Amino acid sequence: MPETTSDDGPGDGVQIDLISAERMSGKTSMEKIRMILDGVRDGKIVVLESGLTPDEESKLIEVTMSEINPDGFSGIEIESFPQSEANDTGLLGRLMGKQSTSKLTVVGPANQIQSLHKDETLISALVSRK
Amino acid sequence: MGLFAELRDSISRVSASLFADDSEPKRIGIYGPPNAGKTTLANRIARDWTGDAVGPESHIPHETRRARRKENVEIKRDGKTVNIDIVDTPGVTTKVDYSEFLEHDMEKDEAVRRSREATEGVAEAMHWLREDVDGVIYVLDSTEDPFTQVNTMLIGIIESRDLPVLILANKTDLEGANIQRVSNAFPQHETIPLSALEGENMDEVYEKIAEYFG
Repeated sequence: MPETTSDDGPGDGVQIDLISAERMSGKTSMEKIRMILDGVRDGKIVVLESGLTPDEESKLIEVTMSEINPDGFSGIEIESFPQSEANDTGLLGRLMGKQSTSKLTVVGPANQIQSLHKDETLISALVSRK
Repeated sequence: MGLFAELRDSISRVSASLFADDSEPKRIGIYGPPNAGKTTLANRIARDWTGDAVGPESHIPHETRRARRKENVEIKRDGKTVNIDIVDTPGVTTKVDYSEFLEHDMEKDEAVRRSREATEGVAEAMHWLREDVDGVIYVLDSTEDPFTQVNTMLIGIIESRDLPVLILANKTDLEGANIQRVSNAFPQHETIPLSALEGENMDEVYEKIAEYFG
């Protein structure tokens, strides 16, 4: 396969992965975190349709911290829409092992996301190339 | 976690509370973003009730890079004594860039070492939150925007673990402090204003600590 030589080749762009809830549904917490961090460490913006549970968010922060290194990965920027009360998992859901997840979540490499803002209905990311 | 695992945990929690020794201090974690004044608050509480400090304070982010515990702090309110262990935790963030430390007149080696310790400290703080605290004092700088993803995630994590949480809007002595903005960010929780540095409104803080964690 010939090597890409164009200035607009893949190395200069920013890849955005939109991951469906279905794709995440069968995965364990660590598999989800690994999928997110592997993508972000490759310089991708990862958009999750269904987000993470609070416990998974806590582990995401912990694993992110363990992977930061001074001359490479400096961490993540993350924003998500809050869970609406109508979809909140009630007592029965919690008894059955369901944890409420955030809605749509955007995660990206901290050194490439220049700003990430959100209001109630819009998440806006300004991303620089590598 | 399924129905039976949840039931088993509930039963063990109930039995633990039934047979718990009331004199056993509760571990109260002081959480919040970097530079919110967590160590200043921990020192204020520890000095007021034990005479000792917990750790050094600084305007440089991530001064606290290890969780530090001050044990057996007895807070007396309305004839009641509340015995707590204060756990001062590193400020939680999702990113640490050593170059930020260079802005505080540090050499690169020192900045790299500090950033490495900071990341370990944040991971440790998250671990404490999942495993080892009985309640949380969440400290916010009331001059800063509280609507951040880290604050939202941490409050969500605390709520999902059913931990009692007291939100403190710190630095009310500074111009630009906006207590209402903090209250609006987390309307499901009570917000108490204070200046840990100046000792303003500490009486109400101690009353609330006794109420929430006693």
